[in-house]
Amino acid sequence: MPVLEKEGTQVWRRRTRGEALWRWFGWLIGVAVFAVCWQQISASTTWFFVWDAPRIADDIWTRATPPRWEYITQLGRPIWDTLNIATLGTLIALFLAVPVAFLAARNTTPSTLFVRPIALLIIVSTRSINSLIWALLLIAIIGPGVFAGVIAIAIRSIGFCAKLLYEAIEEIDHGQVEAITATGASRWQVMAYGIVPQIMPAFAGVAVFRWDINIRESTVLGLVGAGGIGLQLSSSLNVLAWPQVSLILLVILGAVVISEWVSAKVRGAII
Amino acid sequence: MLRLQKLTKTYKTGDQALKAIDLEVPKGQVLALIGPSGAGKSTMIRCINRLVEPSSGGVLLDDTDLTRLGAGALRRARREMGMIFQEYALVERLTVMENVLSGRLGYVGFWRSFLRRYPQSDVDEAFRLLDRVGLLHMADKRADELSGGQRQRVGICRALIQNPKLLLVDEPTASLDPKTSRQIMRLITELCRERGLAAIINIHDVALAQMFVPRIVGLRFGEIVFDGLPTALTPEKLTEIYGEEDWEATIEAVEDDEDIEAAE
Repeated sequence: MPVLEKEGTQVWRRRTRGEALWRWFGWLIGVAVFAVCWQQISASTTWFFVWDAPRIADDIWTRATPPRWEYITQLGRPIWDTLNIATLGTLIALFLAVPVAFLAARNTTPSTLFVRPIALLIIVSTRSINSLIWALLLIAIIGPGVFAGVIAIAIRSIGFCAKLLYEAIEEIDHGQVEAITATGASRWQVMAYGIVPQIMPAFAGVAVFRWDINIRESTVLGLVGAGGIGLQLSSSLNVLAWPQVSLILLVILGAVVISEWVSAKVRGAII
Repeated sequence: MLRLQKLTKTYKTGDQALKAIDLEVPKGQVLALIGPSGAGKSTMIRCINRLVEPSSGGVLLDDTDLTRLGAGALRRARREMGMIFQEYALVERLTVMENVLSGRLGYVGFWRSFLRRYPQSDVDEAFRLLDRVGLLHMADKRADELSGGQRQRVGICRALIQNPKLLLVDEPTASLDPKTSRQIMRLITELCRERGLAAIINIHDVALAQMFVPRIVGLRFGEIVFDGLPTALTPEKLTEIYGEEDWEATIEAVEDDEDIEAAE
């Protein structure tokens, strides 16, 4: 009851006194929990390593600079592999995500009782497992190499793409679908004319967004042996070749910056 | 030509939107359906082409009962009924031409429509219709670039290219300004006359209905409470349809409007 009568005028407050007290009490609890956590963490920290960290970081920095520039000749092929893993993986994922999205969207699914839960399960299960773990599994199944990387990226991306797409499908303007239906169009024609044009911008957005993410994800896949530049990264790390590591990180940075730029351009062109 | 027999619609929530409606629309007659919001006007025209499934009763178009048709036959029957919508319901991201041609979807196969390879006769007809409504120069524009009145004209073309016997028109002017509203109503009624089409026009604006349409049906709580000539729509009748209000001004305004129209 935030409106009070006070000397004949109506005073409005955002919260009643009780509510305000409860909020202050909540903040107090929050601060207390923070303090306790701080104490716990600091008790179980080996402080020597923390105090030592700047020195070690400085040591690695001096070892890693300057990057070993001539190593770049050996990185062309791996970074190309990485880009291919990301691009192919994204294409396969989109190809598989579209039907899943239509089956999952409430307004297009053939059956809310059976088909939709299955589609949602596909979305959740592919999304919940990191691509690195998918890669580990797939390497055991189909052997190490680029192909395992492509499939790992593809599987990981299905759920993400399908989820965003089915949300776009559920948000379409029903009037346009109704109008196409009223002309006597078949189920597939309603889809092609009433639904697809409406979700095209979302589809393009999702595609470039996921491609952008996949470039970053595919750079680390090599760490577990699934091809790409991560392979070079892990072997350089293993032999403590810090100047090579720093060059690889620079190359990855360059690739990511370029992909960001491309996806920003594409998104700008579509919307 | 169109006959509704005890048409009833009960929604899952238990709301009875239509209570055993009996209505007959002869060939070529334009009819306005008036009534307060929630009276069941939209439901009624959607029950005719089964965008909403009626609960019981019959909808006879010529001699086929539309409520008994299977999916394929229903699609063929829908080709005979053009529909025009309140918010135009054009596919916003397609061009004007694609929107008009989409009225032929019931006649062409999936791949032809998907690849936009419509028969030349359909394309000719689309150009003729666009010319008739004065939008020939807009054929290549995207639908979302058009103004409200222009969009509704495209909507009219899409309905007419179906070559229908009957137009179902749902609040064609509710999103338009008064002048455009009249132009659209005039266009719809003219086109119906030219082509001998029957039409059911849902409309909020009583004055506009009286101005253009020869027969008015009043709906209240899913029942027909008035059916007659526009001139028979007295303040008492309007009170029966809409509830208590001072109706003299509305009716007088119509008479003035008619004078203006005549003067033009």
